[in-house]
Amino acid sequence: MPESCLQIAVGVLVGAIIFGTDHKSPPVMNTNIYFLYLLPPIVLKEGYFMPTRPFFENIGSILWWSVLGALLNAFGIGLSLYAICQIEAFGLTDVDLLQNLLFGSMISAVDPVAALAVFEEASVNEQLYMMIFGESLLNDGITVVLYNIFIAFSQMHRYEEIEPVDVLAGFARFFVVGLGGVLFGIVFGFVSAFMTRFTQNISSIEPLLVFMFSYLSYLSAETLYISGILAMTACAVTMKKYVEENVSQNSYTTIKYFMKMLSSVSETLIFVFMGVSTVGKNHEWNWAFVSFTLLFCLVWRAISVFALFYISNKFRTYPFTVKDQLIISYSGFRGASSFSLAFLLHASLFPRKKMFITATLVVIYFTVFIQGITIGPLVKYLDVKKTNKKESINEEVHMRLMDHLKVGTEDICGHWGHYQLRDKFKKFDNKYLKKILIRKNEPKSSIVSLYKKLEIRQAIEMAESGMISSAGSTASFQSNRNRRVHRPSPEEVESMRDMLAHNLYQVRQRAPSYNRYTLATETSEKQAKEILIRHQNSLQQSLRKGHSLPWGRPVPASTKHLHYFSLPHGSSHPVRRKTRSDIFTGDYGSDSDHVVSAMFSSQRRLRSLESKQQHKEIIPMAQLNRRAEPSDFTAQTGSSSKLDRSATIRRPALMPKPQFGTAVMRGYESDEEEKAAAAASRQSVKRATEKRDVHFHKAQRRK
Amino acid sequence: MLIMVDSKYSNIVLGYNDELIWKHLKHLCLQTVTSEQIEHLHRRFKQLSGDQPTIRKEHFDNIPDLEFNPIRSKIVHAFFDKRNLRQESDGLADEINFEDFLTIMSYFRPIEMNMNEEQLDHFRKEKLKFLFHMYDSDHDGKITLQEYRNVVEELLSGNPHLEKESARSIADGAMMEAASICVGQMEPDQVYEGITFEDFLKMWQGIDIETKMHVRFLNMETIAQCH
Repeated sequence: MPESCLQIAVGVLVGAIIFGTDHKSPPVMNTNIYFLYLLPPIVLKEGYFMPTRPFFENIGSILWWSVLGALLNAFGIGLSLYAICQIEAFGLTDVDLLQNLLFGSMISAVDPVAALAVFEEASVNEQLYMMIFGESLLNDGITVVLYNIFIAFSQMHRYEEIEPVDVLAGFARFFVVGLGGVLFGIVFGFVSAFMTRFTQNISSIEPLLVFMFSYLSYLSAETLYISGILAMTACAVTMKKYVEENVSQNSYTTIKYFMKMLSSVSETLIFVFMGVSTVGKNHEWNWAFVSFTLLFCLVWRAISVFALFYISNKFRTYPFTVKDQLIISYSGFRGASSFSLAFLLHASLFPRKKMFITATLVVIYFTVFIQGITIGPLVKYLDVKKTNKKESINEEVHMRLMDHLKVGTEDICGHWGHYQLRDKFKKFDNKYLKKILIRKNEPKSSIVSLYKKLEIRQAIEMAESGMISSAGSTASFQSNRNRRVHRPSPEEVESMRDMLAHNLYQVRQRAPSYNRYTLATETSEKQAKEILIRHQNSLQQSLRKGHSLPWGRPVPASTKHLHYFSLPHGSSHPVRRKTRSDIFTGDYGSDSDHVVSAMFSSQRRLRSLESKQQHKEIIPMAQLNRRAEPSDFTAQTGSSSKLDRSATIRRPALMPKPQFGTAVMRGYESDEEEKAAAAASRQSVKRATEKRDVHFHKAQRRK
Repeated sequence: MLIMVDSKYSNIVLGYNDELIWKHLKHLCLQTVTSEQIEHLHRRFKQLSGDQPTIRKEHFDNIPDLEFNPIRSKIVHAFFDKRNLRQESDGLADEINFEDFLTIMSYFRPIEMNMNEEQLDHFRKEKLKFLFHMYDSDHDGKITLQEYRNVVEELLSGNPHLEKESARSIADGAMMEAASICVGQMEPDQVYEGITFEDFLKMWQGIDIETKMHVRFLNMETIAQCH
């Protein structure tokens, strides 16, 4: 059941209460509040979390469908309703053409968020998802533009005054408003990306920059009478790529969550308000109007889908099947936008406003409840083609190869194809834009990023499996690993000890200094292990979960506190060198108490966040029987492994990101850390290579 | 298989009589390449070859944009690879004529909606074989670790910031992944020699390569860029 159903239900409840006690619905929403405060967060969130690559790959179809679909629906519904209104028997003759057209444009504002949620769950194929997504993104903008045009027309008091010139002007306005908005947004996007380049030392204002510039683009576009929605969307899309590279880890998380929160709040408020107004005296029921509205909405949507897709399929290499088209026509949910637009009509200009509201509400309720609940089963029943997003290095490599191959072939053929365009844009981007807009431009290949990500995941998995199996491990297992793993020499251990002593300084500041010789290691050690296990469990779950269609999946809260393991500057290269070996041998130093204290101190800092999982970890756990007592380890290697693991765990924090093509690696707090991390990753990569080399060399030797 | 031949085609291909055209076209299974596209490609072929009947590797050097492609040499090799040209022998051809050019191009055509299962499967295998040959440079039917490393290095060669070892380790990781997909859990003593074509097919099982590997033949004027 889609979320909107619940929100509306809550609204109705609240409305019923208010109605029961007050006999009038509180006027909480007017034009200003809606257009200035409630709508922008929703639009911003949609634009920001848009998966760019599939969007632009399908942009032709998306534009064709959204723009023409909206227009076709608006005019179709408006004109058919006008025809109905002409029939004397229904008592609607006073609703003239303009009002009908306006109503048509209002009611064709589609809000398929619920559909998107269903699609995501069912992992439908990418093209289908993008069509609906693109539609939801652009539809708002277009409908509002149309709405404003018609309102302007109806404000010319006698509509006989509307000459063809005005109609043409209306069309022109449509284009100017639309395109102007997009350009405006792009400019703002670049400006804000540029500004984030310089905010290293004041990272706390970065979220502010992002939000303010988006909102600024919206407001300034509105003052200039161009489409603020499209401006804001374009701004978010442009900004995102560069801002994400520049901005610090915390800011990134903040931006993400805050954006989602704001948009949820807005949506909820609007739906609640909708529920409230349902129960009230704002209604005028007219059987004919309401039922025909509903009928025409469904019919015209189907007509527009099939007609438009029939045409666009001719130009697509992979046309949409009838099944896909059926699903698209069924996912025409109406939502908050249509309601708000209806609610904000001036009663003076529109004497039948209440009837409009009633009809809108009926359509919304029908689509959200009935269609919303049945679309899930329908998708399953129709067995729509699913997407197959496996994350593997192989796939990434192959895809990359194919991209280059396609571009190369196009070059050879002398064609200008899509891949050429994309390639050229990428080159331009790398050459100029990134240099200007991104702080420290080290272009990261998506293959490398993906590889690192998978490596980390593997490391965690191996650590966990090493840990768990070591509880019942036999000596042979240990010796197996010992055979393959390079044991550190005493000099290395010495240097590591020095490094550690130097680098753990900051950590020690917050906790009383423990000495492994004096402290009873039992409880804290087990607690530390328990904490780590839980960290890894939750991380693993998040990593596992977050990859079918990772749009908008939230990062689990547990990874938050791992950010606070701020590794001091110039940190521990040799420490990290031990990653692999230590993880495999499952060493846990008794210097774990250092780390434990670090953890607890960080958790003290995080008390304000108060996430559920934090509570779990702060409370002392039940004693687990951990038998991972390593026979041969040193204090240094132990703590190094922990620190290191937490450092490496730090990176997956941002895995479930809604990006397709370019999985950019994040997680670098500052330049120094970035260097350290880069060095560290190189080291860990080296270790991995050596290990694998050993493996393969053995294989080759066997030959 | 239905073969559509336009009379236009016979005008274009100089020096061939009709019988030969039929024979060649039969081999090429050109049912989805229209005569317009053939014409277009022919024009391009002439441009590349400098009006000669065959193309050599050097002719590909004239394409400016191709210079920036990291896997340039592999692509050029693919054009001359005898296995792709459906010839029984092995190794690299020295020169290719228009028929061969079309053969290579036919690997990139999009699928038709009216294909049945068997045709689709065959189609898919063809494309995957093309890709496989790009990886397997020594023509032994297996992608070894070294070959894979080579590929990844080339792919990442455009990025000056990356070190060679990252490329190597990525290739290693990919091989391990491939091994786990193809062979499952390996004993510590087992040896994984290389990815054979069957393994390659297995790796691509879930992914729709047919939809991804195509070049859209737009009807545009050939861009005269060969000089």
